[in-house]
Amino acid sequence: MTRIFLRDLRLGVRAGGGFGLGLAFFLIVVVLVPFGIGPETARLGPVAPGILWIGALLACLLSLDRVFALDREDGALDLLATAPVPLEGVALAKAAAHWITTGLPLCLAAPALAVLLALPWPGHLWLAVSLLAGTPALSLIGAFGAALTVGLRRGGLLLSLLVLPLYVPTLIFGADVARRGAEGLSPLVPLALLGAVSLGCLAILPFATSAALRVNLR
Amino acid sequence: MSALEVRDLAVSRGGVPLLEGLSFRVAPGDALILTGHNGIGKTSLLRTLAGLQPPQAGRVAPGPDRIAFGAHSDGMKATLSVAENLEFWAGLHGLRGGIEGVLEEFDLAPLRDRAAQHLSAGQRRRLGLARMGLTGRPVWLLDEPTVSLDAASVGRFARAVERHLAGGGMAVLATHVDLGLAAPRLDLSTFRAAPEVARGDVFAEGAVE
Amino acid sequence: MSFSTSFWSLANPARFMSLTARAVPILSVLAGVCLVGGLVWGFFFTPDDYRQGSTVKIIYLHVPAALMAINGWLMMLVASLIWLVRRHHVSALAARAAAPVGVTMTLIALITGAVWGQPMWGTFWAWDPRLTSFLILFLFYLGYMALWAAIDDPDTAADLTSVLCLVGSVFAILSRYAVNFWNQGLHQGASLSLDREKNVADVFYHPLLLSMAGFILLFLALVLAGTRTEIRARRLHALRLRERMA
Repeated sequence: MTRIFLRDLRLGVRAGGGFGLGLAFFLIVVVLVPFGIGPETARLGPVAPGILWIGALLACLLSLDRVFALDREDGALDLLATAPVPLEGVALAKAAAHWITTGLPLCLAAPALAVLLALPWPGHLWLAVSLLAGTPALSLIGAFGAALTVGLRRGGLLLSLLVLPLYVPTLIFGADVARRGAEGLSPLVPLALLGAVSLGCLAILPFATSAALRVNLR
Repeated sequence: MSALEVRDLAVSRGGVPLLEGLSFRVAPGDALILTGHNGIGKTSLLRTLAGLQPPQAGRVAPGPDRIAFGAHSDGMKATLSVAENLEFWAGLHGLRGGIEGVLEEFDLAPLRDRAAQHLSAGQRRRLGLARMGLTGRPVWLLDEPTVSLDAASVGRFARAVERHLAGGGMAVLATHVDLGLAAPRLDLSTFRAAPEVARGDVFAEGAVE
Repeated sequence: MSFSTSFWSLANPARFMSLTARAVPILSVLAGVCLVGGLVWGFFFTPDDYRQGSTVKIIYLHVPAALMAINGWLMMLVASLIWLVRRHHVSALAARAAAPVGVTMTLIALITGAVWGQPMWGTFWAWDPRLTSFLILFLFYLGYMALWAAIDDPDTAADLTSVLCLVGSVFAILSRYAVNFWNQGLHQGASLSLDREKNVADVFYHPLLLSMAGFILLFLALVLAGTRTEIRARRLHALRLRERMA
C-alpha cells in the first residue's frame, strides 16, 4: 500500500503527471472572481470563504479522472488486482496520493489566495484548517466516483455529475468553518462535523471504491 | 510445485458465454499454446485463470496467488525508469533481495536507468516478462506476447520463457506467432459455447409472454 | 401462497410479466379514480384557506409528489440491495424503472413548490432546507440515471448503479442534515417552512389522503410498466446477442 502511494506521488510529480495543474486552476478561479462580482473589499470579503472552498472543490475534481483511468489504460490496474494486496488498500493508497498531490497544495495555497479576496484575518487560519480537514473527504469521494466510471471512455463529465452532489455536505461544513472563522465566531461545531464527514468517508468509501473497481475489471 | 489444472471451465465476457467444457493440465516445466480466431475468448480465458473475472462454471487450480498475468498492456509507467518500475512490483509482491538478478536474466541491466517510454518494443516485452519473473509465481499467462516484435526479439523472448520453464515454471500463451517453443497447442474453437448463447441469461428463454 | 413466497416469485421474469400484465391495468384505473376524485374534491369542493386563499389547493399535487419523490429513492435503495444480495435481475430493472418516475415526482414537487411559493413568500425560490434537499435529491436522481445510461453491459450497470445508490443514500441523508445546519447558520431560526401539513384541517386532509393514495398507485403502475419495458429490452438484448453468435 505504501508502495502504491509512493509510486503515485512519484508519477504525479514527473513530467506529464499533472502536478500543479489543479493549483493553477485554483489560482485562475480566484483571480476571475473579482472580475465577476466587483473589486470592492466589502463585497469580496463576505463571499471569500465560499468562493475559495468552491474553487478548491473544482480544482480537486479536475484531476479525478486520472486516479484510476491511467492505470486502467496501461494494464496496471489488472496487475494491481492480481497482486497480493487488498483492492481496498489500493483504493485507499490512490485516494491518499491524490490528496497529497492535489488537496494538500490547495490547503497550503488557499490562505495566500485568500488575501486576493480580502478575507478578514482570522479567516485565513480557519480556511486552511477547514481545507485540511475537508479535502481528504473530497479525494475519497472522488476516488469512488473515478472507480465507478473507470470503464467508460469519456467518463469525465459523468464523473463530475456523480461526484458533485456527493460533495454537498463537505462543502457546507467546510465553508461554514471558514466563514465563522472570518466572522470571529467559534468554528468548532462545523469543524467537528467536517472531521466526522472525512473520517466516515475514510471508513466506508475504500470498500465501495474497491467493489466498483472489481465490477469494472470483470 | 503443483500443475495447473483446469476442469470443465466455462468463460463469458459481458454476460455472453464464450467457452465451455474446457479442461486441460499443464505440468511443471511445460507450456500450452492457445489458438483460435480473434474473439474466441483467449483474453477472457486468461483473465478468468488470473482471477480477474469469475468463471461461469468449473474449477481452476492453483488459485490466483500462484498465477502471474501478463496482458498485452504491461502496466509499466512510461515516465518511470526500468529499475523504478521493477522495484515497485518487486516490493508489492514482497520480493526480498532486489531486482539485480532479474535485470541480468532478462538482459535489462544496461537499460536500468532508461525511462520505460524510451524502450523499443522488444525491450518493453522483456521488461513485462521481468515483472512476471519478479512475482515469483510459477504459472505465467501471456496474452499475445510477441505482437510487434521482430524475429530476433521473438527468439530472445522465447528463450526467456524457456528459462522459466526449465526452472519448473509453467506458461499458458495465447498467440498466433510460432515462437519455436516445444509446446502442445490447444484449439479453443472446439470449446466454443453452444449457440444457445446467453443461456445463463434469465431473459433469453421465454422470459416474456 | 404466503406473501413472502409470492413476492420472491416475482424475481422470475416470466412470472413477473404474467402477474403484472393483469396488475398494471387495475392499478392504473385505481390510480386514475383516486387522482381524479382527490384532485376534483380538493380543487372544487373545499373552502379557501382564510390566510392563503385558493393557492393552498396546490397542496394536493405538491405533498403527494414530494412523498413519492422520497419513496421512489427508497424503493431504488431496497431494489438495489435485493440485486446485490440475491442477484434477481427483475429487482435491478425495477430500480432502473423507478428512477425516471422518481425524478419526475421530484420535479413536480419542485415546480409546484415554486408556483406556491410565489404568492406565499413573494419569490419562486428560497433556499429553505426542504426545498434545497429536494434540489439535491434531484441531482442524485440525475447522476443515478446517467450512470445507468452510460454503461453498455446490463449486469455491470446494475452492479455499479446499486453501489452508487447505497453510497448516494448515505450522502443524501447526510446532505439533509447538513442543509438544515447550513440554513440555520444563515437565517438564525427557520423563517420559511413547509411544515404546514401538521395543522391542515380535516376538510383539506381527506382529499389530500385520497390524492396521496392516487399518487402511490400511479407510482406503482408506472414503475411496474417501466419494469416490463426494461424486461422486454433485456430480452431484445439477449436475442440480439444470440443472433450475433449464431
